[in-house]
Amino acid sequence: MVPVSSYMLLAAGMFSMGLYGVLTRKNVLGILLSVELMANAVNVNLVAIGRSLGDGRGEAFALFAIALTVAEVVVGLAIVIFLHRSRRSIDVDQAASMHG
Amino acid sequence: MSWLPMVPFALLASALLACAWCVVTSDDLVHSVLWLALTLVVTAGVYVQLQAEFIAAVQVLLYAGGVAVLMIFAVLLTKRLTGERIPHESGNRVRAALASLSVFGLLTAFILRMPASYAQPAQRSATKVLGERFLVDYALPFEVLSVLLVATMIGAIVIARKEDA
Repeated sequence: MVPVSSYMLLAAGMFSMGLYGVLTRKNVLGILLSVELMANAVNVNLVAIGRSLGDGRGEAFALFAIALTVAEVVVGLAIVIFLHRSRRSIDVDQAASMHG
Repeated sequence: MSWLPMVPFALLASALLACAWCVVTSDDLVHSVLWLALTLVVTAGVYVQLQAEFIAAVQVLLYAGGVAVLMIFAVLLTKRLTGERIPHESGNRVRAALASLSVFGLLTAFILRMPASYAQPAQRSATKVLGERFLVDYALPFEVLSVLLVATMIGAIVIARKEDA
């Protein structure tokens, strides 16, 4: 059997790559893609640990997490479309005035 | 003997990490989205290897199907701006690499100190257990989730619609 810790290491690697993407991308869509990667890594973790517990709790959490991530993507994309329409740019450095 | 099950895992894991690397470094955003779709499909393969077939199916349907197509739509809608590539700052890149590597090191240190445990051998009724979890133990969160999805849909329409519509 493959030990759970190797799945967790895989997830940690994917999470760190997503973090790198979030920190380096200047395009909102690129940041959103990297956030997807991080969420996916968390799901791998949940499923792997859930399998080692063996009572379906981890998988149930992973399914909830998947649904929440999809909802987050929909709202994120709506904000991207709004940014693009209102200021003709999806560079995050130019969107700093969105607060307030 | 004990390393034999590691071979498919190692293949999947290296494919997954390579795809993930391409997602965050690819210059063209459309390529990035396609690499992300491939990453999500390979993740479904990891779920199959963990014997969580239902989650693998949901992953392919919802993520690789739905999210990837939505992302492609958004990239193409904003194509005029993403066609000219927005450059990375090299100083920013080094600092980002440092930050993510230190996060990875921290996580690895914690994971390696964990006591060794293994995924359970195959259960015939994993999906049945999951369904019972959802409709008995987690029935209330399940219903709240549907309210959340309706709220998300309405919110997305309100944010993204034209001002004069």
